[in-house]
Amino acid sequence: MSLTVLTYLVVGFTFALYIGIAIATRASSTKDFYVADGGVHPVANGMATAADWMSAASFISMAGLIALSYNGYGGSVFLMGWTGGYVLLALLIAPYLRKYGKYTVPDFIGERYYSDTARVVAVICLILCSVTYVIGQMKGVGVAFSRFLETDYETGLGIGMFIVFFYAVLGGMKGITYTQIAQYVVLITAYTIPAIFISLQLTGNPLPQLGLGSTLAGSDVYLLDKLDMILVDLGFQEYTTTLRGSTLNMMAFTASLMIGTAGLPHVIIRFFTVPSVAAARRSAGWALVFIAILYTTAPAIAAMARLNIVDTMQQSDGQALLIEEKPAWFENWEQTGLLQVEDLNGDGRIEYTADPETNELTKLDNDILVLANPEIAQLPNWVIALVAAGGLAAALSTAAGLLLAISSAISHDLLKSTYMPSISEKAELRASRIAMAAAVLGAGYLGLNPPGFAAGTVALAFGLAASSLFPALLMGIFARRVNREGAVAGMLAGISVTLLYVFQHKGIMFIPGTSFLGDMSPNWFFGIEPNAFGVVGAIVNFIVAFAVSRVSAPPPGEVEELLEFLHEPSSAASQPPPGAAH
Amino acid sequence: MAEDKKIERRQRFAARVRSLMLRLLVVWFVVSFGFGILLVEPLNEIRLGGYKLGFWFAQQGSIFIFIALIFAFSSVMTRLERDYVDGEKESGK
Repeated sequence: MSLTVLTYLVVGFTFALYIGIAIATRASSTKDFYVADGGVHPVANGMATAADWMSAASFISMAGLIALSYNGYGGSVFLMGWTGGYVLLALLIAPYLRKYGKYTVPDFIGERYYSDTARVVAVICLILCSVTYVIGQMKGVGVAFSRFLETDYETGLGIGMFIVFFYAVLGGMKGITYTQIAQYVVLITAYTIPAIFISLQLTGNPLPQLGLGSTLAGSDVYLLDKLDMILVDLGFQEYTTTLRGSTLNMMAFTASLMIGTAGLPHVIIRFFTVPSVAAARRSAGWALVFIAILYTTAPAIAAMARLNIVDTMQQSDGQALLIEEKPAWFENWEQTGLLQVEDLNGDGRIEYTADPETNELTKLDNDILVLANPEIAQLPNWVIALVAAGGLAAALSTAAGLLLAISSAISHDLLKSTYMPSISEKAELRASRIAMAAAVLGAGYLGLNPPGFAAGTVALAFGLAASSLFPALLMGIFARRVNREGAVAGMLAGISVTLLYVFQHKGIMFIPGTSFLGDMSPNWFFGIEPNAFGVVGAIVNFIVAFAVSRVSAPPPGEVEELLEFLHEPSSAASQPPPGAAH
Repeated sequence: MAEDKKIERRQRFAARVRSLMLRLLVVWFVVSFGFGILLVEPLNEIRLGGYKLGFWFAQQGSIFIFIALIFAFSSVMTRLERDYVDGEKESGK
């Protein structure tokens, strides 16, 4: 059976499974739609959270980012940042918001800061970071389709939009939760199987986490030492020690991803679906277990695939690879444009070096590392088909979670809570489905135009969540004195500073040539790159919020009561279901 | 009198939660920002199989410790809350 047919079969089967689950578990009430009736088991919720969380960026791009763009050690910022955020979420945010018991993040901000303005600002911040994030997923769907199903990028994007639209709109949170559990199983299988094969081939150890620290099969040289040595020979920096920018930049980058993670609304709302506060805490732990399976495998894939690529480029006699002897996967991926070679000196060989003057592997896209991994390691076709299904599962599950966060913000927070309090439950449900449809179309459009936008978006989403929602939530839970004026001013200041810094570097909406203040040197703020700037935005948010709160009236008595309620010890056994709490 | 005791118990509970959070967050900071970034060079002198230790913390170890921290928090909190609720019942008698 040809690879394309096999891929269609595997992907088609998984899609049928997702749609079947969505129909079987579709939402019938607003509570079903927003929080799956509050009845999801903590382990199941942990698995759904993991699928919700791990996006196309985690699945397709992360290993390549670590291995190629961030040259090994520098990529640790993603590994620590995207997992460490769960500690903040589990300790500081999730249990309290579950205790609060309402459906959405702006709900909490609106009530805690006793203000419709605060709620609307929170909705705007939420939509900004969720929409930028969902665009990245749509791009991932387009890329996966275009390589594996041989459609063009636009068609792939269209099919992805249709599938997401179908089951997210129909199923709401309840459908999404159970679909995400299936998607987690698909994506983790697809990610780990090639990794186990490659680890076995290279080191004889089936566990990639141990293989990465082992010696190469049939020798007593450690894999990482070998990689360091070869890369230095080719003129690259050492894999295991090279910093990304400076120590300060790495700290800021890690911190931004951590607090962004703890502030992303589509992750937070997952903790509204479990039955109790204790379940919310446990569920965060399970979510991180399921995430860690992929996140501790990724650095092994990164190093091993990099080693495989370097080995491919060098023949046994130590000469560079002859063009006529390049392997089949090379040509497959050249066709997609993710890989390009140019024989600059005309010797019929492809030299791979760090020097752009002589390097003849002129393009090696980050995404290749995971997508082409099974082909490079000469694994059977069904593994390649599985990787395609896994990449799509990662992108679809995250897109669905994001769309739900966006639609509930519009139908629940804007319509029901702010502008149309008399709206019926049925009308609210319809409004949330319409909002979701609009969000799918909007995200699809932005996945195509402007062209550079999709690539820059995922990191931006974290910066925005880190600088606006996380501080507002943290202060809302722990700082009694912070009031309405402070919270609103803080959110606006934090998100503006972050957006300005990013757009000033990369152009407004990532359109090149529109970057203003053009004469400033890159990373001018203490060498911190734009993707790492969220933490600076968050600090601005905290300072502005505390300063403004100091000079304006303290919050009214109800806020004191709300905080009293949030911090009240709760027995694990009896817990009011969400919505019934006060 | 009973009201005073209740407030005192509440405050003791809050203080315990605060100190638990603080201790766990210190570990969280030390294994990631500390071992993974600030102290990475000296730790890299030590080997863990083929791993340099600092590199291992940055790409593997910190993640395992994060998981342990969340489950530790979860189980200690459950105990603290149970103690508190038991205390409530006792004073209700």
